[in-house]
Amino acid sequence: MNEERFHRRELVAEVLAGADDRLLVVAGLGQSAWDVTAAGDRSLNLPLWGAMGGTLSVGLGLALARPERRVLVITGDGDMLMGVGSLATVAAQRPSNLAILVLDNERFGETGNQATHTAPVQAPKEERGAGTDLALMARGAGIADSDTVHGPKGMERLRHDLLKGEGPVFRVAKVLVEPLPLVLPPRDGAHLKERFRQALLGEA
Amino acid sequence: MQDAHQPDWPSDVFEVLLAQRVRQVCYLPDAGHARLIALCHASAEMRPIVLTTEEEGIAVLLGGWLGGDRGVLLMQSSGVGNCVNMLGLARTMRYPLLMLVTMRGDFGESNPWQLPMGQATGTVLQAMGSIVFSADRPAEVGRVVEAAAGMAFSGNQAVAVLLRQRLIGAKRFEAAR
Repeated sequence: MNEERFHRRELVAEVLAGADDRLLVVAGLGQSAWDVTAAGDRSLNLPLWGAMGGTLSVGLGLALARPERRVLVITGDGDMLMGVGSLATVAAQRPSNLAILVLDNERFGETGNQATHTAPVQAPKEERGAGTDLALMARGAGIADSDTVHGPKGMERLRHDLLKGEGPVFRVAKVLVEPLPLVLPPRDGAHLKERFRQALLGEA
Repeated sequence: MQDAHQPDWPSDVFEVLLAQRVRQVCYLPDAGHARLIALCHASAEMRPIVLTTEEEGIAVLLGGWLGGDRGVLLMQSSGVGNCVNMLGLARTMRYPLLMLVTMRGDFGESNPWQLPMGQATGTVLQAMGSIVFSADRPAEVGRVVEAAAGMAFSGNQAVAVLLRQRLIGAKRFEAAR
């Protein structure tokens, strides 16, 4: 099973390699924000330090405001589960420039790696989940182009779909549970917002 | 019922939102917002965004602001309870968050299940750092929303306007006989 999973840092670094100012990135709290920052802190990243469940919604508002840019939301399974209704809200708006990458390690990574609902049913008690299939939930919500990618073999296609595919695109990448160094973005939300707007709009 | 002598306050609110260049209109419907929602849907200037829970709207409007769009969140007072943690986003990020809240559990409410959240709505908003205004007469609604919008958009503030039940009328529940 494990050999079919991505290393999340490598995956995110590869997706974001060579990102220019046409790519706007919103990252969910915790490891996703550290992964995106490890790939290179940039003004057009919005790494969240809180607002669990709201990451995809931030990406939606941004995608609707800037239809000429690509918006990529990168977040974890715990955040996506908390904001699962926002999948239906995205489906109702159909932003063709929005892509979502869920890094699914089947754990609440910031709080002690407790199993989330996406963990398999067949597992020792503490690691047991519900086998929740987020891609299936996204498709059920109305995002037709939703899929799960299990291993690095699908990398090239995954990158293409996230960066070029007709949105909304929803991808779950199954990733390893691995201890990784924290790579922290700036903490001040108002600063993150102002530098983003300055870079995108030329105004604070 | 539209009274010919009453100001048409939903239209007044709509005109203020247009003048303020509000584009993203996030909402969960409420009877008190029905007319305003219909006006927004009919407008080429606005993008109505129906939500599954009100807290989504707070995050959507951050994204909109990052991209240069102004927005508003329309919800019922019970929805304010669904927003509590997410309201922290507005305080931390300091972006304009204009909220128009139709009240339940307020003046003359006949459904007791609405009372707890209705009575706590203003306190909850203030506890999370929002400025709170109230309107309970039709003639003042437009002016109050205009003031709230100005403070939100020029000051990067969370500002809520409570549209009181004295204004919108209490919903009646009467069992069929």
